[in-house]
Amino acid sequence: MRAMTWPQRITWIVIIAVVLVWSLFPVFSIAMTSFKTPAGLFSGTLLPEEWTLDNYATILAPGGSAQDLFLPALRNSIGISLIATFIAVVLATLCAYAIARLDFPGKRIILTTALAVSVFPIVSIVTPLFNLWRVVGLYDTWLGLIIPYLSLTLPISIWTLAAFFRQIPWELEQAAQVDGATPFEAFRKTVVPLAAPGVFTTAIIAFFIAWNDFVYGISLTSTDAARPVPAALSFFTGASQFEEPTGAISAAAIVVTIPIVIVVVIFQRRIVSGLTQGAVKG
Amino acid sequence: MASITLNRIVKTYDDGFTAVKGVDLDIADGEFVILVGPSGCGKSTLLRMIVGLEDISDGELKIDDEVVNDKAPKDRNLAMVFQNYALYPHLTVYENIAFPMRLKSSDLDDKEIDERVRKASKLLELDEHLERKPANLSGGQRQRVAMGRAIVRNASAFLFDEPLSNLDAKLRGQMRTEIARLQRSLGITTVYVTHDQTEAMTLGDRVAVLRRGELQQVASPRGLYDQPVNLFVAGFIGSPPMNFLSGTVDGDMLRLPIADVPLDDRLRAAVEGRDLVIVGIRPDAFEDADATERDLVGGVTAELDIEMTEWLGEVLYAYVPYDTDETVKDKLSELDRDLDGESLRTELVVALDAMSAIRAGDAARLWFSPDSLHLFDPESGVNLTRDETKAEKLEEDARAARKRALERAKERQAKEQQRA
Repeated sequence: MRAMTWPQRITWIVIIAVVLVWSLFPVFSIAMTSFKTPAGLFSGTLLPEEWTLDNYATILAPGGSAQDLFLPALRNSIGISLIATFIAVVLATLCAYAIARLDFPGKRIILTTALAVSVFPIVSIVTPLFNLWRVVGLYDTWLGLIIPYLSLTLPISIWTLAAFFRQIPWELEQAAQVDGATPFEAFRKTVVPLAAPGVFTTAIIAFFIAWNDFVYGISLTSTDAARPVPAALSFFTGASQFEEPTGAISAAAIVVTIPIVIVVVIFQRRIVSGLTQGAVKG
Repeated sequence: MASITLNRIVKTYDDGFTAVKGVDLDIADGEFVILVGPSGCGKSTLLRMIVGLEDISDGELKIDDEVVNDKAPKDRNLAMVFQNYALYPHLTVYENIAFPMRLKSSDLDDKEIDERVRKASKLLELDEHLERKPANLSGGQRQRVAMGRAIVRNASAFLFDEPLSNLDAKLRGQMRTEIARLQRSLGITTVYVTHDQTEAMTLGDRVAVLRRGELQQVASPRGLYDQPVNLFVAGFIGSPPMNFLSGTVDGDMLRLPIADVPLDDRLRAAVEGRDLVIVGIRPDAFEDADATERDLVGGVTAELDIEMTEWLGEVLYAYVPYDTDETVKDKLSELDRDLDGESLRTELVVALDAMSAIRAGDAARLWFSPDSLHLFDPESGVNLTRDETKAEKLEEDARAARKRALERAKERQAKEQQRA
């Protein structure tokens, strides 16, 4: 790449700084709020005047007032999101591979349907789903959330993965087959390693979608049995009716951000693009 | 090592397009066969059917007398080098070469694998690149890795799909010689697809010329050049291509746009009853009558206006415009389209001695012998002057040469084994 001139460099630094502040300031603000005492909440300062871990104790420590609300919700969120992600990625991998490699009637229909499903507003189907789930007994169960989450995560997973698979030269598989590999071996030894970054990227996106959902979470659950964190947060109450639960909610928000950060940090090194470079002349 | 037999092979795609229309071809053990033709002639499809990447619609494919039509690619034990090399980008050069031996179907231990990889890398001079990834290699090196992957398999045959078309001209020449040397020293059956006729002429023991999915002629390079069966083969083989002129038979004379040629016995037998023929003359059949030291008896000398010349150091090309007869014009432009050409005007290409003093704009006296003329039927395109005995003689010579080369390769191998 061409070396940047000084004015260009400064412009870039300014832009990056603005974007960082824009996206990280709210997180920082919430983190600070989570360390404030109930009295300090309305101090109007960014940093707490008096630091406390009380809010974390409220949601995590045994005997904390919101603990029995938050911990089951955290367990539900992690479980439901992971299962939904896993199913979505497996199904989307198979589907996208077929779309990228095979020529079959209805290929276009699958892709457009997937797109149509993903643009369909959630709010408009949540009420019928609520009634249906109560009838078939899926209301307030893990499965009752995993299924709607799949409808959110599958379309985008199929689209991202299909784009990834299309980049992988088909010759590689054919070469492997000529070299003596079974079709499955060719898939596992050539396509999978090359598609891995795409699969991880897709998994992260799918996980975010499931993790962040609020509408299904609040409408299709009623108890600890399946209620995910975003929905549980809305049930937090203060110690008395005159006390706002802001501190505890902030602490919970920080706690649910941590798994996401961990996931991204773990997979970041695997999301390296340009892995296919050099497969064929280009 | 194996022989490959194609028996009326047909490929029809789902949309009804027939890419290969019943090709018969016998490839002997250890033979180097080239499939050549203009783009869209079905040569790559044919190769992919041999290796098993395309289904065979009809006909029979045999490897060593065993019908393999329905066998998966992995069970045919063939090695293929792809046009874009198809190296595995996530593996090092070493692992790329070792790949076929690491599969379930192979039961080699690590020591044997290492031995074979080292042997191949030595043969292909890849030793210092073994730990690098394909992305960091040059085009020629990638090409050699792809060949290494083919060699280690001890496959029955090598298949090449336009392996040099992604390389620049200089490298292409070097790799061409490299492939020829490798094939000769390993003595392994090879099928090689190309649209480059230099590759076809220099590499092949035999060359199969295809046109629109149909096999036109299978012969040694010399056989194709000297005794083409039809207009298409004559026009395809040779660079610059053969000149085609209309020839009107007028009594005992054959009138060409550039000269009148008296009919001798050979030509008279060929024209037999026809009023009109297409006459083919190779560019190198002409001589500059004023410069040559050859004895120009019995030939025909024509006074021609040279429009353009190209001096290339070892040869001088002169271009002579002429008017072609309307009746053969359609046939010739159809042929031109078949050959991927787009010539806008009819002109004669003449290859002269580089020392010739002829320059653009000169009027030159060009001499050619009637013996060098090929006559073709204007309707069917069949070569009327093809001499079967001569053609057979050329094939026999080629067969003998190949046999000698294979024997030499075997001797060399035996010697190496003794030394080792």
